[in-house]
Amino acid sequence: MAPAIQAENLVKTFGDVRALDGVSLDVPEGTVLGLLGPNGAGKTTTVRVLTTLLQPDSGRATVAGVDVLKHPNRVRSLIGLSGQYAAVDEYLTGFENLQMVGELYQMPVRAAKARALELLEWFNLTEAKDRIAKTYSGGMRRRLDLAAALVVRPPVMFLDEPTTGLDPRNRLALWEVIETLVEQGTTLLLTTQYLEEADRLAHDIAVVDHGRVIARGTADQLKAQIGGERIEVVVHRADLVAEAVAALSGYALGEPALEKNTRRITVPVSGGARVLADVIRELDARSIEIDDIGLRRPTLDDVFLSLTGHHTEADQEEGGGKGRSGDSGTDERAVPAGKER
Amino acid sequence: MTSATEHAIGGAVPKQRRGVAAVLHDSWVVAKRNLRRMTRIPEIVVFGLMQPVMFVLLFSYVMGGAIQIPGTESSSSTYIQFLMAGIFAQTVTFAVAGASAGIAEDMSKGLVDRFRSLPMTRSSVLVGRTLADLCQTAFTLVVLAVVALLVGWRIHHGFWSALGAFGLLLLLGYAFSWIGALIGLSVRSPEAATSAGLIWLFPLTFISNAFVPVSSMPGWLQGIAYWNPFSATVQACRNLFGNQVGPVDDVWPMQHAELMSVLWSLAIIAVFSWLSVRKYRSAAG
Repeated sequence: MAPAIQAENLVKTFGDVRALDGVSLDVPEGTVLGLLGPNGAGKTTTVRVLTTLLQPDSGRATVAGVDVLKHPNRVRSLIGLSGQYAAVDEYLTGFENLQMVGELYQMPVRAAKARALELLEWFNLTEAKDRIAKTYSGGMRRRLDLAAALVVRPPVMFLDEPTTGLDPRNRLALWEVIETLVEQGTTLLLTTQYLEEADRLAHDIAVVDHGRVIARGTADQLKAQIGGERIEVVVHRADLVAEAVAALSGYALGEPALEKNTRRITVPVSGGARVLADVIRELDARSIEIDDIGLRRPTLDDVFLSLTGHHTEADQEEGGGKGRSGDSGTDERAVPAGKER
Repeated sequence: MTSATEHAIGGAVPKQRRGVAAVLHDSWVVAKRNLRRMTRIPEIVVFGLMQPVMFVLLFSYVMGGAIQIPGTESSSSTYIQFLMAGIFAQTVTFAVAGASAGIAEDMSKGLVDRFRSLPMTRSSVLVGRTLADLCQTAFTLVVLAVVALLVGWRIHHGFWSALGAFGLLLLLGYAFSWIGALIGLSVRSPEAATSAGLIWLFPLTFISNAFVPVSSMPGWLQGIAYWNPFSATVQACRNLFGNQVGPVDDVWPMQHAELMSVLWSLAIIAVFSWLSVRKYRSAAG
């Protein structure tokens, strides 16, 4: 069966900035692809191309079998988009927002109203349905935005950083909604900066950096690639660091790493909290006093460090993928002049 | 969040309208949304009203006595007859600001992206916006006319002529809201849109026959003032309201003011709607 979303070699430049540098991906029907990457990596630009908001310079894409560049309006009736910034009208009520979207999907007024009520119920917004969206909390707005993307029960959905800026409780609630959608057979392309989110929701993950897909696989495969969990210990006394390293090597899967001046030891492990408890007991038995200890799971930054040799630069970037401004110059991305224009 | 099954995929595929019916339907939905917004933010409508009302009062009482209209005795009650067509026309051109600020805000809030991802006609976001502005302009004109009548302005050529004048004013206002649409799509922030929408209106409305007779201006400026699209509508309204004092200036655009007013407005609508829709299609957001 043809993939529900397919992109081949998408290229998009904004001035000197190559926002997409040959992105190819495919999402089989009924599955979730997580597009993982830092700000400015090209995630949002990819979504904008696939949702007909942006014309690529070259490349081709199909959504639900329909060519995005040739038949954009047919694609629009098959997709739902929920953006990074909650795109609802602040001065309309929740109900009016959803009704408007339904009517613009060309539903009859009565059907649009009925669907709006159904969605408000589903997203626990019934009580707030006659309040203007300006009075909604961040989480409520995000739910309304997602509801707006679901008005026609689209077979293919694009969620651009659906939980960025949400508190943990709202994030969890939104995850549950998304999981329900997927159970019902929706094909989903999800962008996120959080490995945890991709891990929980996506069947498959594509790591994007500098407008390219630099790794592709399941969450487990990616984690295996970057070495899984580690334990980090900061030893109190410098003269006991060597003994601590010796104690830890019994649990280590690989070579322990030592930062001398901070007295920080990092060792790759497997077994999670149980190993952590063992390590603490062992250090205690040897009377090695510690300032800090913890189990670190791989983060997006680790994925990047391991895949690209540079950090995500998430702190320095702004603008949600509309293009990355001047690079640090340390990365090795080479852009062959005149390639595929 | 309630049970999942009733939300399963595969709802009825909505019917696709085509051509003009689609544009009308979608524009109406968007216009409805913009009109609702106006009732939720009445400040915008109220401040939109205050400015012209203030102009009527200031011009007629403060400056009216000093401005001499040729062929008349100087007095504030003659000046208000001369002035009102200009104030009406200036008021409708302020529709630029509403459209530019509204569209720039929709762009910055991501609403334009929402609209562009929906299977709706491309022009209807802008048509809906300009139609809503037209309603607001009509409302403003009604209130302004009442205020003007209270301070002594009078219609002399009957109801239908006056209605014709208001028609020309609305057409001009509609044309100017398309200029606003283009500005809103071109600037980066709603704040910039408001000033970019207004700043050029002052020379446009002042280098015209709106507030003082063109004959009082230096010669080189007179040509600009006479051919100013704004002047045509002002002159046409003066004719239709019966507010013209003395003979109409003997230059072609003033002698054919009604025709020029319609032509100018239609030309502006044609050019700016085309530019705006084109810009909207390619808007990178």
